[in-house]
Amino acid sequence: MLKNPSDGWQTTEYSLPDEKGHFGNYGGRFVSETLMGPLSELEKAYNSLIEDQKFIDRLRDDLTYFVGRPTPLYFAERLTEKCGGGRIFLKREDLNHTGAHKVNNTVGQALLAKKMGKTRIIAETGAGQHGVATATIAARMGMKCCIYMGSDDIKRQSPNVFRMKLLGAEVKAVDSGSKTLKDALNEALRDWVTNVDDTYYIIGTVAGPHPYPKIVRDFQAVIGQETKQQCLEQLGRMPDAVVACVGGGSNAIGIFHPFIAEKTVDLIGVEAGGFGISTGKHSAPLSAGSPGVLHGNRTYLMQDELGQINATHSVSAGLDYPGVGPEHAWLKDQGRVKYTTVDDKSALEAFDNMCLYEGIIPALETSHALAEAEHLAQHRSKNSIIVVNLSGRGDKDLFTVADIKGISL
Amino acid sequence: MGRIDNCFDRLKESGRKGLITYITAGDPDIDSTLEYMNVLVENGADIIEIGVPFSDPIADGPTIQRASERALNNGVDLNSIFELVGRFRRRNSETPIVLMGYLNPFEQKGFEKASIEAQKAGVDGFLVVDLPPEEATQINGYLSRANLSQIFLIAPNSSLSRVDLIKKLASGFVYFVSVKGVTGDKGIQMKEISENIEAAKGAVNIPIGIGFGIKKNEDAKAAAMSSDAVIVGSALIEIIEKSNDKSSCLSSLAAFVLGLRKSIDSVVK
Repeated sequence: MLKNPSDGWQTTEYSLPDEKGHFGNYGGRFVSETLMGPLSELEKAYNSLIEDQKFIDRLRDDLTYFVGRPTPLYFAERLTEKCGGGRIFLKREDLNHTGAHKVNNTVGQALLAKKMGKTRIIAETGAGQHGVATATIAARMGMKCCIYMGSDDIKRQSPNVFRMKLLGAEVKAVDSGSKTLKDALNEALRDWVTNVDDTYYIIGTVAGPHPYPKIVRDFQAVIGQETKQQCLEQLGRMPDAVVACVGGGSNAIGIFHPFIAEKTVDLIGVEAGGFGISTGKHSAPLSAGSPGVLHGNRTYLMQDELGQINATHSVSAGLDYPGVGPEHAWLKDQGRVKYTTVDDKSALEAFDNMCLYEGIIPALETSHALAEAEHLAQHRSKNSIIVVNLSGRGDKDLFTVADIKGISL
Repeated sequence: MGRIDNCFDRLKESGRKGLITYITAGDPDIDSTLEYMNVLVENGADIIEIGVPFSDPIADGPTIQRASERALNNGVDLNSIFELVGRFRRRNSETPIVLMGYLNPFEQKGFEKASIEAQKAGVDGFLVVDLPPEEATQINGYLSRANLSQIFLIAPNSSLSRVDLIKKLASGFVYFVSVKGVTGDKGIQMKEISENIEAAKGAVNIPIGIGFGIKKNEDAKAAAMSSDAVIVGSALIEIIEKSNDKSSCLSSLAAFVLGLRKSIDSVVK
């Protein structure tokens, strides 16, 4: 681990996962034998790379000049007035190159892939943000790129599909199962096990087998590091609450992680309530699921009593996933992070509010966190500080939103 | 001595190699699976692997994925599979049965409970694809207490230190995965893996079966030459999937398995 947290992208104050990749009972490495060797190799390569000053310098340069970091911490003044309570601040990850936090991770992992001598990159994507971020970095590094995407998601996120293709990536439609993110992940794992010699798999979230949850968290922790520093510089103190949406949970872990040791800061993760928890049609494993094993790790899952994975629903493709990163499972059991849900309808209202009150079109995923932040602000005093991770911009969602509003574009 | 050990002893005595056949339970329905199991044995299968369907079978190719989906649509679960094995055992007390599947359905039932019920039904071993030895210690204990073998995969890229780790927990036989990939993938390339198989053989002291991608008699023969048993799955599922009716399915399965048997028996130790 990097010795000095102010170096900006890692933290030393937290020792999980353990050497087998466990966060308490969660995490681990539940994959078939063919992937065990490559995962150990990946772990070794990562551990040696983060001690390598050249790598750290290169990563910092990429984040500064290619991605555009640091992203601003911005006071949402009109939204705050509207809610009439606590002050809402937005961590503007939507201003990153490619329009979401996902690129923080792909920049880091692509450097790792290159270092390991891989020539081909694969990834899964739900909303397409991780796919675009991967295709972007593959183009820049001159590597072949193949993105797996559920065929249902291809329909609802068509602008991102075209962006990936413009960037030279092959987009493979996944027709099996529920045709969403979960199935794209299955298919990417099958590709990886087949082409493991020349292929690097950039998982886009803090799930999957060890060491992925750790690697992705470490690369995303820059969000929280900057937020902490900005709060101290701009506001003179720590925030009272940090809010983020949780699908697999990478933007949430990214902003939460440096605050976990700051016990006065409330951390709130927002899962997709879909049509409502009582309907069963949602994507909220932490709020309404139970522990099990999927995609190489033990975590909370949406599953039936026989251990089969349930179909999920959310208006946002990026949250439409039946599992969640194992570190979130652990943080939930520890009681350190409070997890709650926001349904499709409330998320869409928050989407509209962000457009009309702040001039920012947010991603539908992010809109879940925004809805919770509005709710929270109404119940907090005027001097309290609420930071929301504005994890991505909503250009990709224009067709979905138009469709819901009955407008044809 | 369990059925698996007895089976390999008999094979060894007669100088033959084993044939292990895989079908997914409940594809297209449980009653058919029972008939298929009997036909597989009648035509020369030594061990039967029964696939436990899972919604997200990441180690399987499209053929077995579709079989799992069909089985799940029929409501197949571990209880109905135990019942199936119990029915099979009324006529056959000798042929070993191994359940092959993914961890989550076993875990939700409770692994200890699943082991005990499986043993009572007449199951001889579990192969849990996504349970590597690093995560298997506790579960291995439940299995041994129920006198069940835990079958592990060995891959072409498994290091010798990993083979050692597997050896400590494995019993019955080990399953050598012939290709890096998923089940039913591109054909088997014996030349590329022969060195790894020899190394694995030297390291484990139980029989080795070779599987993944064995579709033709020639593949089976080649695999038999450097192993103790040949494992065939996706090719059988394809026959089941393509058959128009039960009787043609049964006769196609019979003919295919008989062909494999003959090819394997042409290899004499």
